[in-house]
Amino acid sequence: MTAPRPLSLHVPEPGCRPGDTPDFSDFEIPRAGAVRRPAIDEAPEDMRDMAFSVVRVLNKAGEAVGPWAGLLDAEALRTGLRHMLTLRQFDERMLKAQRQGKTSFYMQHLGEEAVSCAFHMALQDGDMHFPTYRQAGLLIASGYPMTDMMNQIYSNAADPLKGRQLPVMYSARDHGFFTISGNLGTQFIQAVGWAMASAISNDTKIAAGWIGDGSTSESDFHAAMVFASSYKAPVILNIVNNQWAISTFQGMARGGAVTFAARGHGFGIPSIRVDGNDYLAVHAVASWAAERARTSLGPTLIEHVTYRAGGHSTSDDPSAYRSKEEFSAWPLGEPIDRLKRHLITIGEWSEERHTQALAEITDEVRACQKKAEANGTLISGPKPSPRAMFDDVYAEMPPHLQRQRQEAGF
Amino acid sequence: MARMSMIEAIRNAHDLAMDRDRQVVVFGEDVGYFGGVFRCTAGLQKKYGSNRCFDAPISENGIVGAAVGMCAYGLKPVVEIQFADYMYPAYDQIVSEAARMRHRSAGQFTCPMVIRMPTGGGIFGGQTHSQSPEALFTHVAGLKVVVPSNPRDAKGLLLASIEDPDPVIFLEPKRLYNGPFDGHHDRPVVSWKNHELGDVSEDYFTVPLGKAKIRREGSALTVLAYGTMVFVAQAAAEEAGVDAEIIDLRTLLPLDLETIEASVKKTGRCVVIHEATKTSGFGAELSAVVQESCFYHLEAPIVRVTGWDTPYPHAQEWTYFPGPERIKRAFAQVLEG
Repeated sequence: MTAPRPLSLHVPEPGCRPGDTPDFSDFEIPRAGAVRRPAIDEAPEDMRDMAFSVVRVLNKAGEAVGPWAGLLDAEALRTGLRHMLTLRQFDERMLKAQRQGKTSFYMQHLGEEAVSCAFHMALQDGDMHFPTYRQAGLLIASGYPMTDMMNQIYSNAADPLKGRQLPVMYSARDHGFFTISGNLGTQFIQAVGWAMASAISNDTKIAAGWIGDGSTSESDFHAAMVFASSYKAPVILNIVNNQWAISTFQGMARGGAVTFAARGHGFGIPSIRVDGNDYLAVHAVASWAAERARTSLGPTLIEHVTYRAGGHSTSDDPSAYRSKEEFSAWPLGEPIDRLKRHLITIGEWSEERHTQALAEITDEVRACQKKAEANGTLISGPKPSPRAMFDDVYAEMPPHLQRQRQEAGF
Repeated sequence: MARMSMIEAIRNAHDLAMDRDRQVVVFGEDVGYFGGVFRCTAGLQKKYGSNRCFDAPISENGIVGAAVGMCAYGLKPVVEIQFADYMYPAYDQIVSEAARMRHRSAGQFTCPMVIRMPTGGGIFGGQTHSQSPEALFTHVAGLKVVVPSNPRDAKGLLLASIEDPDPVIFLEPKRLYNGPFDGHHDRPVVSWKNHELGDVSEDYFTVPLGKAKIRREGSALTVLAYGTMVFVAQAAAEEAGVDAEIIDLRTLLPLDLETIEASVKKTGRCVVIHEATKTSGFGAELSAVVQESCFYHLEAPIVRVTGWDTPYPHAQEWTYFPGPERIKRAFAQVLEG
């Protein structure tokens, strides 16, 4: 027997750090249209390949190709483009507002607009999303008033959440948008519970859970997977792999697994990887999973492969831990450009119409901002009543809280 | 009326709640087919179907997290954590999620759930089947915390908890499941069948949350206790011949300050008893509220009798558990003051 040698710990490192040249050559990307489309009732064990490839619809020429294409007409695609442009404009204005000191914090969606905007189009009214802080596209696409989103971000007098939540931690039950938590991953198992409740109640509604690549390390992720699998809950479990959890690269949470989607195999959950920067692909895969859920075939795990082009939040400086060139080298491109090019390719859009649409959207967002700021910002103007702080802790205020409210002078 | 053990009373409460309200669902580890390791849910799956009473994977945060989601849908889950000692993985879902749902969503989403947990020691459960974590919950805004001490209250408080629109932590002293506890480990357990508090109406009734109950009237001193300790305090008072007023708190959050205040102002002396560890335990809160509201009526310092600040020891249970001897010494101390 040989004498044991001292061990050393393996700490995963990304391939590229500041100053390095980004290299995505080991990221295998199938041609658009190359990945098959299984029947919705195909056995999970027969479709394991779906977790190792990437479903893509839009090719470099801007054409929609393959078995996942053809679900959306030009009008729907123009609507989708509008949603993504709106979200990007919204982000730009709010990012600036934060820099101007009008709020404490903001989190943008740059590069990930297709994920939430396209997914929303595959679900129906009455379904419920359990989102993270980076799916505001679900609200934009559902027609939730942007002014109310801004009121929330500003924690002003018209904030629907009465100044209680961090900016972007929206809640909109009527728009199928569950209240966002700052504690990561908690919503994933809650989505499964909601879906179980729908099944228990013999309802027809389904749920969608959302989690980032980093948060899949949380035990709630694993709880969600085992509950969804055991009870065949009508839920779609989405992992948004945007490559970065603040400064921690996705390989840290992924560990020795080949893909995040492959984790579904241990639970017998059909698992698909999709090009998260391809509006058509995200929508097609979401529709496939929604149909499975709605026909009692159980959960689906979707890994959206995308890239977080901006910082984690306004408190983050990504240049401190990753190459500035990484986003431009990202091989799946940029979602708005890709959908725009597709619409132009099929003769349903033009540069002129794009410029005009962008101008309209910019005006609309600016008008909403003006309206929101009339209700105050975090720093100035009207505020929510401090009295409201004591409300909604319980349905009925217990005596000790009544005393504290009086003591506080409200 | 029927004589019931606390287990039977809890089972009966589940049955009535499920019968009355289709939104009530019951799940947790082993609660379905088997009916729970303490048998509190026996027969419910057979009667109400596995859609409304079912087993869960061994994942406490999964159980509570799924229940939060069910509440968001509109159901009223009653979940069992098999032992309170196992609730730590679920703590984030309870504290950061269930407790704050109403507040953070400005009332859009609520959590009308009940989380039941067998709690406390005295059954040789060692450090992982004996803990009393009530203080970890009473510190959390948005929760209600209930500890019944007898079958009648267990049923009425559980039905009130299920009706309650907010999350309720329902801590069941497992030492009392089968009978009242006289505080002496060398005597056989007395069955609830011979005890007046085991006399439980089979009809639907509730015991309001937030209301304490005076178990024994007296004028010499006030004892604040809950769960198992109510009986230990009674034994101590009888053995010492002390005219103690014993208040069974029943709900720790929100606390019935009115009843506490009236009693301490009357007696001028206060002993606080719980079996959880002393430091930052619920007794500290009780001592503080009594001091805040009754200071000028107190004739002696408040005395706490609690478990020691150690993990719950298997072989030394009876040294750990506050028994009548320690409580009698506390009585003497406050009466001397």
